Amino acid sequence: MAIVTLTINDEHLSGNDSDSILEIARQHKIHIPTLCHLDGLSEVGACRLCLVEVEGSSKLVSACATKPVEGMVIRTTTERLQRHRRTIIELLASEGNHQCAVCVVNEHCELQNLAYEVGLQYVRVPYLYPRKELDASHKDFIIDRNRCILCTRCVRVCHEVEGAHVWDIAHRGIHCEIVTGLDDPWGASEACTACGKCVLVCPVGALIEKGTTVAEMEKKRDFLKYIVTARQKREWIDIHEEG
Amino acid sequence: MKPRVATVWLGGCSGCHMSFLDMDERLIELADKIELVYSPIADVKEFPQNVDVTLVEGAVTNVENEAFAHRIRQNSRCVISFGDCATTGNVTAMRNRFSTDEIMHRAYVELADGDPTIPSDFVTIAKLRDQARPLHEFIKVDVFLHGCPPTADEIWFTINELLQGRMPVLPNAYLRYG
Repeated sequence: MAIVTLTINDEHLSGNDSDSILEIARQHKIHIPTLCHLDGLSEVGACRLCLVEVEGSSKLVSACATKPVEGMVIRTTTERLQRHRRTIIELLASEGNHQCAVCVVNEHCELQNLAYEVGLQYVRVPYLYPRKELDASHKDFIIDRNRCILCTRCVRVCHEVEGAHVWDIAHRGIHCEIVTGLDDPWGASEACTACGKCVLVCPVGALIEKGTTVAEMEKKRDFLKYIVTARQKREWIDIHEEG
Repeated sequence: MKPRVATVWLGGCSGCHMSFLDMDERLIELADKIELVYSPIADVKEFPQNVDVTLVEGAVTNVENEAFAHRIRQNSRCVISFGDCATTGNVTAMRNRFSTDEIMHRAYVELADGDPTIPSDFVTIAKLRDQARPLHEFIKVDVFLHGCPPTADEIWFTINELLQGRMPVLPNAYLRYG
């Protein structure tokens, strides 16, 4: 680990070269919008909302999955980036069926908040209104694929933190979907421990608790940092070894 | 001459119009400032010529809505998408996953009380389009009001800006889906 100096939005900063550009920006209270990123999970750079400009490169890079280099000059709020971010939200809105008015997480939704952040007055691309399926076979939870934005937080938390690997992505392109096991009903999954981590990390109303209604569900994601910190300190392993 | 204002109810639940009425005592002030030339709350049969501002609630869900949308655009200087259904399709568009045959069967056969008959003359009811879609996919829309329904304050702000000759730029505080 080494300290690097870099410039973000004309501000001279320093940070660890093992941290991502996103982490360094956040350490210095510089806001970069994110959606698939969640502290405690691996980075996939899937949503592209955290794209930033790096001087000397025509390519945009995702702040969550890019490490800093000494002397890097980064911009996070240019007109070009703002245009791209609005387009990303428009595409996400048009590719699903996100009727906020009848959604369980209405007013507590990360996609909704990002739509406000980018000032989304209306969607310029045609809505696709895809025919997606809902699975309510699990005893406690529901997956409504109409609202899924394929951020893969559920896939990652189940594999990396719970260790059950119930979720995966099936199919390709516009037909991509989150599936349980080998595309079995969720209720039939023997791997699922019903821990509910996937439900809590889901940024939208795709994974929800049964028995909640419109605007009722507020997801609490704090649990993840305790698990991750405990794991980094090897607390569980020590206890296990002592036992 | 007072500005000529119209409000139209396409494929929606009339909730946006209810919110319009929620302007309460401000409606009295508004009545002095505008001429309401067409609205579900005014008994006018034909959409008039030469309208200054038209608020359009609801998605374009049947062939009549679609023809009406074009007439609104032709006759109005400013067209406002009034609420989430007009802006995104919203709840009205939730039927898009079904075919129109499935929907008509559900409404007029499965849920019928008496004699189940699917209307076929399309005189009493308009023929459904394949999909319910937002207004701006059919005509140019000048201003978007959000929310299901938009708040009375948001409607009041928008109309007042227009009355003062400004194209409303809605503050982000009013940007709210659902």
